[in-house]
Amino acid sequence: MKRLFCFLALVVAVSLVGCGKPDFSDAEKKTIASLALSRLPALKPDTTNRFADVPAAAALGSTLFFDLGMSRDGTVSCSTCHKIDRQFQDDLPQAVGVGHTNRRTMPLAGVARDPWFFWDGRRDSLWAQALTPLENPLEQAGNRAAYAHYIKARFGERYERIFGPLPDFSDMPLNASPLGTDAEKAAWNAMSGAQRDAINGVFANIGKAIAAFERSIEPAPTRFDRFALDLATGAEPKGDAVFSKEEILGLKLFIGKANCVTCHDGPRFTDNGFHNTGVPPVAVLPLDRGRIDAVRQVEADPFNCLGAFRDGDAGACGELRFMVKDAPQLIRAYKTPSLRGAATRPPYMHAGQFSSLDEVVAHYAKAAPSVEGVSEVHPLELSDRERAALVAFLKTLAE
Amino acid sequence: MQSVRQSVVCTRGTGLASLWRYLLAGLGLAALLVGILAVVYLTAPRSAQPAGPDVARTKKSDNGLYMASFVPERGVVRQGELESWLLTLKTKTGASVERAAIAISGGMPQHNHGLPTSPQVTDYLGEGRYRVEGLKFTMSGWWQLRFAISSGAGSDTVLFNVVL
Repeated sequence: MKRLFCFLALVVAVSLVGCGKPDFSDAEKKTIASLALSRLPALKPDTTNRFADVPAAAALGSTLFFDLGMSRDGTVSCSTCHKIDRQFQDDLPQAVGVGHTNRRTMPLAGVARDPWFFWDGRRDSLWAQALTPLENPLEQAGNRAAYAHYIKARFGERYERIFGPLPDFSDMPLNASPLGTDAEKAAWNAMSGAQRDAINGVFANIGKAIAAFERSIEPAPTRFDRFALDLATGAEPKGDAVFSKEEILGLKLFIGKANCVTCHDGPRFTDNGFHNTGVPPVAVLPLDRGRIDAVRQVEADPFNCLGAFRDGDAGACGELRFMVKDAPQLIRAYKTPSLRGAATRPPYMHAGQFSSLDEVVAHYAKAAPSVEGVSEVHPLELSDRERAALVAFLKTLAE
Repeated sequence: MQSVRQSVVCTRGTGLASLWRYLLAGLGLAALLVGILAVVYLTAPRSAQPAGPDVARTKKSDNGLYMASFVPERGVVRQGELESWLLTLKTKTGASVERAAIAISGGMPQHNHGLPTSPQVTDYLGEGRYRVEGLKFTMSGWWQLRFAISSGAGSDTVLFNVVL
């Protein structure tokens, strides 16, 4: 009998060795390959910003990005919220600049690949996005006339080497903007059209320089990418490219039963779209309806792709030209964020509603209805083991 | 082979008759295992999708007024990028449909949402061909595109399925 047991144990052991490798169907392998960073195409030129790939512009943009002088009171820069050592975000539920905002700071890896900017897509280019916090009273709280004067005084030579001669600002107000305080608005309205164009032109170039710098911020390969590469090539995974059983289960759920990959697709784990996923509002914050209210803002933005400050031709403006303007699906719809690095940057969602990935997974499994509009998420039965596996997989995108 | 070798190791030091008995039992068990695995494998559901929607690129409109065909202008569909497609309209008798008014709607029936963009007819290229710009398939899956067509031949609709 003893010998029989010995033999049976060996038969079981031998058959288990055959099952030890991750077992993916061809369809799963194809999906996994489509998520790997090696599939990320080269960054396309931004024809709306002819300085996008000019090194001197990126260098000036980098200086401006970290410069506290780029704010009303000299205390806030882009890097105050987009922290260089924290994936260019700030770990806060809502960003704090000069005041307390109502949205979570977005990380910047791969940002130049986005078609829309901010959680609601209220800007349509990276350079137009960069201008917006500069004048938001809760963020950098400055005004465009003051920024133009500041650039001339502080970085005049560098600016002119890149963008050409600065206009003569001597007879222009020190503080003026169509978006500022009453006094700033009055000063703006008192300026001539040519003066406004001159200020707007310098202001747009500030955004173009910052955007040129931000184009260099790209996602880095993770454990998942090493795993996916080995799976695709058939190589034996080594070191941290080996996935645990839990991580493999999480990956299978992510691309299968849990339907995460429906929106979190491609090498950046985002479809670049806007979706209502029933994320609850934060009680103390102002009413926030997401994409539906952003449509009018991007249409009205003088720095949008169809405006006078775009370089190149209007062929680059397809996203704006063909955007959905009034569908009910835009209500409380927010951008699908990239999941790369997400595991190490809680809290989550557009106003930091969830403090952990466990809470995020629980939210999607429960699929509570949206307070307004219709959530696209359907309820899902997930065991505790499956929830933990999904979180374990997400961590491989941040290691 | 591995099973056989292992069983030999297991039975080292026993008599020859005993060894053969175990070897035979081992082979029998191995054969049974292979048989079970074969049955499981052969009866397992195929990973192929169940019969999907009709993805024909040329079809009759719902009331039979038009023959419509809808193809990507560059021949291939690229997920996540703005694309232009060509819609070609002919009448029942094969005449090109000119100056048609065309409205486009659609979405993903399984995800309860509409199109992520508002595609429009931007150009008439002659011979019943219309350029549709601003299409964007942001995710894989089943998409539907519905065209409401109005011309001298009458008003009709046609639905195309695109599966990525």
